[in-house]
Amino acid sequence: MSWFALIVLAVGAYGFKLAGVLLGNRVKDGPLRQAVQLIPPALFCALILLQTFERDTELVLDARVVGLVVAIVATLRKVPFIGVILLAMAATALSRLIAG
Amino acid sequence: MPDLAPHKRNSLVLGAAVGLIAIPFGVLASTAGLSLAKAMFMSLFVFTGASQFAAVSIISSGGSPISAVASGLLLAARNSLYGMRLSELLRPVGWKRIPGAQLVIDESTALALAQEDDERSREALWWTGATVFVFWNIGTVLGVQLGDVVGDPETYGLDAAFPASFVALLGPLVREMPARIAALAGSAIAMIAVPFTPAGLPILLAALGVIPALLFTRPGGQT
Repeated sequence: MSWFALIVLAVGAYGFKLAGVLLGNRVKDGPLRQAVQLIPPALFCALILLQTFERDTELVLDARVVGLVVAIVATLRKVPFIGVILLAMAATALSRLIAG
Repeated sequence: MPDLAPHKRNSLVLGAAVGLIAIPFGVLASTAGLSLAKAMFMSLFVFTGASQFAAVSIISSGGSPISAVASGLLLAARNSLYGMRLSELLRPVGWKRIPGAQLVIDESTALALAQEDDERSREALWWTGATVFVFWNIGTVLGVQLGDVVGDPETYGLDAAFPASFVALLGPLVREMPARIAALAGSAIAMIAVPFTPAGLPILLAALGVIPALLFTRPGGQT
């Protein structure tokens, strides 16, 4: 990857972030504000599922789903944050070990 | 560490977990032919995990730099939505927005929005952003320098860390019905889009999940 390509990517990635931060200050009450507030829940829930089921633009079922289930159960049982992460990692790793 | 407030402690935990994910990024970057300087440049100035992984894997599988940049930008686009939400909430002013914007990523946004009050949200944003930034860059250097000594990160279940942390953080964000509808609809749209769209687009399309949520709030006259 050339320096030029890297710089384009860096400027673009930062540009997205800064544009959002600057525009967000101007959001007034109304439907737009509601929409802006509802976007993170929509994206985060989708991210969880995509990270669990997506592989190379396909949906697959593999050991990651075990980690997801363990994370959900641990969260519902009020396990501390670090515990949720470690349990999910361990469950995923163990499933892969067993599945070979 | 035990003396820290929970939101700051969680920032450090998440930062450390994400730093581990930067090690395989560094390995992949070096396999794709990126020098240490280029990999470091990416982690310092692009600083969006998904974009970096996408761009570098396209290069390593023989794709063109144009498609690598395009895919990287597509995956970076969602940060603008996070930035909007965070600014709408915290109303930042002055020069701090310049470095602060760089720290607007999935992890820092999630921890910031999971807090009960604005002050803690602001602290969670900066703490998470800064710790992820530091660990992410250390991990990148380690990955490039050490190469494949750590083996396949999936053996350790490292890929489970990110979704698990988001499961743990999602609760406070979906307490109200409109947010639940947005979450469900957004997830459904994203999952359906996976086989038909390039990587990075499904997660952007998830934003459309707010439409049914807005329609729900309209007739009842809530908020």
